[in-house]
Amino acid sequence: VCFIPGGLDCSISFVSHVLGKVCVHGRQKEILGVLVPHLTDLTKSDCIWQRICWRLVECVPDRWMEAVVLGFVQGAPGADVLSRLLGNLVVKNKKAQFVVTQKMLLLQYGHTTAVLQNLLGYLSLDSLRRPLLLRVLQELLETWSSSSAVKHSPAEQQLYISKAILICLSHLKEPEIESCRQELLTSMMEGVKCHLDSSLPQLRRLGMVVAESISLKINTEGPVLKFEYEEDDETRELKSLLVQAPPFCVVPSLPDDDRSEKAGAALPLVPESAEKPHTAAPEMPDEELEAELDSDDDLTPYDMPEERELKVKAPVYIRDCIEVLTGSQSEDVDKWEATVKALESLVRKNPAATREVSVELAKILLHLEEKTCIEGFVELRQRAQVAVLTTDPIPVAKYLTSQFYSLNYSLRQRMDILDVLVLAAQELSCPKFHEKAKHSGAQKPCIQLLPGSDSSKDWRRIVDERIKSKTRRFNTGQSRVELAPHPNEFNSVAGHFFFPLIQHFDRPLTTFDLLGEDHLVLGRLVHTLAILMYLAVNTVAVTAMGKALLEFVWALRFHTDSYVRQGLLSCISSLLLSVPTERMLADMTEELLETQSWLGDVLEKDPDGDCRRLALQNLLLMENLKKKLEAVPS
Amino acid sequence: MALPPPDPQFVLRGTSAAVHTLHFSCGGPEPDIPLLFSGSENGLIHVWNLKTHRVDTALDGHGRKSVCCVETMGGKDRLLSQGRDQRICLWDLAEGRTSVTDSVFTEHVGFCRCSLLKVAQGRWLMAMAARSLEEVQILELPSKTSVCTLKPEVGAKLGMPMCLKLWQLNCDSQPVLLAGYEDGSVVLWNVSMGKVLSQLICHQEPVMSLDFDAEKAKGISGSSEKVLSIWSLNEQQNLQVYKTHELVNAGISDITIRPDKKILATAGWDHRIRIFGWKKLKPLAVLDYHTASVHCVSFSDHSNPRERLLAAGSKDQRISVWSIYAQT
Repeated sequence: VCFIPGGLDCSISFVSHVLGKVCVHGRQKEILGVLVPHLTDLTKSDCIWQRICWRLVECVPDRWMEAVVLGFVQGAPGADVLSRLLGNLVVKNKKAQFVVTQKMLLLQYGHTTAVLQNLLGYLSLDSLRRPLLLRVLQELLETWSSSSAVKHSPAEQQLYISKAILICLSHLKEPEIESCRQELLTSMMEGVKCHLDSSLPQLRRLGMVVAESISLKINTEGPVLKFEYEEDDETRELKSLLVQAPPFCVVPSLPDDDRSEKAGAALPLVPESAEKPHTAAPEMPDEELEAELDSDDDLTPYDMPEERELKVKAPVYIRDCIEVLTGSQSEDVDKWEATVKALESLVRKNPAATREVSVELAKILLHLEEKTCIEGFVELRQRAQVAVLTTDPIPVAKYLTSQFYSLNYSLRQRMDILDVLVLAAQELSCPKFHEKAKHSGAQKPCIQLLPGSDSSKDWRRIVDERIKSKTRRFNTGQSRVELAPHPNEFNSVAGHFFFPLIQHFDRPLTTFDLLGEDHLVLGRLVHTLAILMYLAVNTVAVTAMGKALLEFVWALRFHTDSYVRQGLLSCISSLLLSVPTERMLADMTEELLETQSWLGDVLEKDPDGDCRRLALQNLLLMENLKKKLEAVPS
Repeated sequence: MALPPPDPQFVLRGTSAAVHTLHFSCGGPEPDIPLLFSGSENGLIHVWNLKTHRVDTALDGHGRKSVCCVETMGGKDRLLSQGRDQRICLWDLAEGRTSVTDSVFTEHVGFCRCSLLKVAQGRWLMAMAARSLEEVQILELPSKTSVCTLKPEVGAKLGMPMCLKLWQLNCDSQPVLLAGYEDGSVVLWNVSMGKVLSQLICHQEPVMSLDFDAEKAKGISGSSEKVLSIWSLNEQQNLQVYKTHELVNAGISDITIRPDKKILATAGWDHRIRIFGWKKLKPLAVLDYHTASVHCVSFSDHSNPRERLLAAGSKDQRISVWSIYAQT
């Protein structure tokens, strides 16, 4: 389609109709791919073409307007181009306004950042359109600061809205910020509260970045809100949106000047350094003379042994450690530090002595607070706790799980208890020589899909054994070093770790309400139970654990916090992987069927992407188990 | 073949508190008894008889607050002591008396030891940290008139003065003060005009102690870090760093140069006393006797060089007395 410039007074409504029809049938990209570059060039300097273009879009009938506007916004190479092409369409046409200010920003969230930049830049470029920009910002902020939106909308939508807010902020001018400063402040305070309440770290970070940016804009002088969080690509991208890139990049002619200046500066330096060796040379012989005259050598030094750094000795006995840590001699902080550092290895080297005082040690360590500034205090304490727990699992586990549900502990202490239980369980269930480096904060194990690889390994083993039993060997070749079997230490204690934790979750205490405010701890508890379940594979108690866990999950399956739901779904995965299939079918058939239908529901309706993914994995696992059972001849 | 370091010649016990300061008074002619004055954390000043190795007298003048400095003023009959009760006391010890003749209220709550300099017969200048955080006050004794107050300029952020040394090149020249501050810098002050002549940042941590050799115009300072810093004073009265020496364990409480300027001793937080040659800071000996941080070291002023002693006082409540390099 090419336009013939002329002085003709033509009506282009026909063209608008064609354009509209084509766009609504889904061919936006093709037609606008050709049209937009042409129009961009033609409208660059020619007013008449601009007005023609505006007429073109204005005449598109309402029922096709959305498709056309969407296409233009997506296809335009920049906000200024969009401005030239659409003109004040959004002001004149109600449908276009709705699409641009409401639909694309609040109801859809799949567009790229470039599209957002186009859209919002377009709104900012004309004084007639700027009020729309302000209104858009207000509505975006309302959504951002509403707690129900934060809890229930998907993370991608929240990211989209955050980006839109930041781009709006970057376009605002001083007087406009002045006029809506109060509202910005109020929404920021509310929004930051909702975001920080969330259990998902990504949402918390989003909230922090946006709040910081808003605060930066409204407080140009004076202290600015600053959060501590780890920078990553997402936050950097978000922050870059706050700064408007200039439309043209001026090619700097400075480098040439700089270079010539530096060359000039280098020259005067050279003669200076050439002079220095001259002055240095005559000094040398003087110094040597002086050295010879120095008759200090009549003082003969005594024998000085190799200097060692002064080290405070750590106590060698566990009971001494207990004395030092309970602070009867609170003066000696050096000794306290040395004790804290040495405690883990002492506990591991003296299991018998530890067992005598294990509960007392566990109590001291749970309440131990940082007295001096040691590096890695939290990790040292945690490792000592894990060491005590693995040395004497049953009494210490009993103590820790009872303390988890006691009054007057901080949330941090309760979560520490969970971490310690998980790390100890991991250590107890792993074969000894296999000791991986313990890193604090064990996350949930990756749940891999094993499509039938289990069964393939099985038959191979069976065939090998048959061959071995039927062949006579004359010469055994070099035998591979085989992993020595080791009794599973977690076997005897798995129940002690697991059941007390699951017992009291619905009994609220004055300071601790798992089902109420403390849903963060509930989330961590659920994840911990999932890991304990996973580690309990091949233990005797696993079936009972599985049954209890299934009931627990069933009770909580509609929880509003997505972190808790993710935990519940990983509990199901652990269950499916750990409990032997025969036992599962024998004892839990009905519950499993109910769970399957619940999983299907989650897969379709849950707003959180991770929950849906986990539900899908669980359904696949269940399918695999069914297949495995059908494959084994009954 | 290097000899093992010597053992202490004798050890004085009986202070029953950590020893913070020591001062010898052995220069008198026979039959004067050589004495050692020690100030302890329990506020007592013990006068040790170096012939019997016993306490002759115990002076209690600081209300049980730690004594941080003792000096004699021209002989063993007049003693000056500084305590953490914010007082400097002047004692009259002649003929067996033990009375405080005068006292100066310093209003200083820190640990900075005062410095005495004899300017004329019967007249001394004393530099002490004053009430205000960064100031040093110079008083004339025994008249107790204030000569001047040395105030660093606003914004200098030197912190508290940690150690002081008043000196003059010879009897006719102007007295000058070297002060080490909390921010690790050493400042040279002109006392009569009350102005800073030179400032040098020697350490990253507070300067704990310093000593100065007026003849060679070289000084040394120790801090709570691992570095000893040696600096010199050139003709324009400017301080420059001459050399640094790195130690294995951090923390020096006290440094003192022997009156014959041949060796110096440092008292360390790692329980050890170190002896260095002054000319080139050659490490000569490590004296390992004490079991807690050594707080002070002091050389004796014996007129007979062979009798010269080194005393060290420590937190373990003992004073070790050594005879080292006495033959040179």
